[in-house]
Amino acid sequence: MNRWRLWVPLLLFLGFVGLAGVMLAKPKSEFVESRMVGQELPYFALRPAAPDRPGLASADYKEGQPRLLNIFASWCLPCAAEAEQLRRLAEQGAVIDGIAIRDKPADVAAFLARYGNPYRAIGADDLSEVQLALGSSGVPETFVIDGRGRITYQHIGDIRAEHVPILLEKLEEAGA
Amino acid sequence: MRASLALIAALLATPLAGQDSMPPAPYAYRQLEDPAQEAKARELMETLRCLKCQSQSIADSDAPMAGDMRSQVRIRIAAGEEPDQIRRWLRERYGDYVSYKPEVSAATWPLFAIPLLLMLVAAAILWRRIGTRR
Repeated sequence: MNRWRLWVPLLLFLGFVGLAGVMLAKPKSEFVESRMVGQELPYFALRPAAPDRPGLASADYKEGQPRLLNIFASWCLPCAAEAEQLRRLAEQGAVIDGIAIRDKPADVAAFLARYGNPYRAIGADDLSEVQLALGSSGVPETFVIDGRGRITYQHIGDIRAEHVPILLEKLEEAGA
Repeated sequence: MRASLALIAALLATPLAGQDSMPPAPYAYRQLEDPAQEAKARELMETLRCLKCQSQSIADSDAPMAGDMRSQVRIRIAAGEEPDQIRRWLRERYGDYVSYKPEVSAATWPLFAIPLLLMLVAAAILWRRIGTRR
């Protein structure tokens, strides 16, 4: 009687192995995505990070024009690598604001002199406060902000050539 | 001898880039004056994940961003915020990922329910065995 019952533990075990196999085969995402996408930009007002550009405040984002908000730092190598793509984005009409994380004005100035300055304004975030408020977990990251100050898209990591059209499209969607 | 000296020198050398030159945040390495507040902050920091290092808590990590998070936690606790408020604020930004504190949610309830269920089943089996022996 009930011979099928003998197989229940084995079937359970095989089910577990199958599930573990499937889950382990899935590549793990290295990125921590911000939950702030779709939400209002948090309040901030940052002093200028570079001598020839204004500082940056959340109030600047109510002017009706969508923009890119690039989180970078002079000490970050991928940020230097993406400079070329930021320049291309600016050339194609994107307005780019920067937030420099834990950076000295002299270092930011040297970085911009060496790799170019595509920024309209650059705010200095000395204690990573705005970075934390944005849900950003590293440098570089780039957010798309619409004309009413809402975050509509987050790009994590350096911008490569293939990301330029995506960012332009996201800007378009945000109402550029 | 020379090779080992060179090796030691190489190990001690700090990389040129990848780390900023700013001093740590005010409360990254400084405790709060009030021991009760510091204990509260400490307990919270041990259950918040460092976002740069990912398998360390911010209390354990020397990453500058973890220092900035510690400083912010201490300043907020000193200003009278509750640890749960700060945890919620971070979870609104980084999701469950940022917190090490186990949380019962739609996705995690089986983790809490299954052990209870297994204990009940084991108790039932034991009960029947002992019951039939008499």
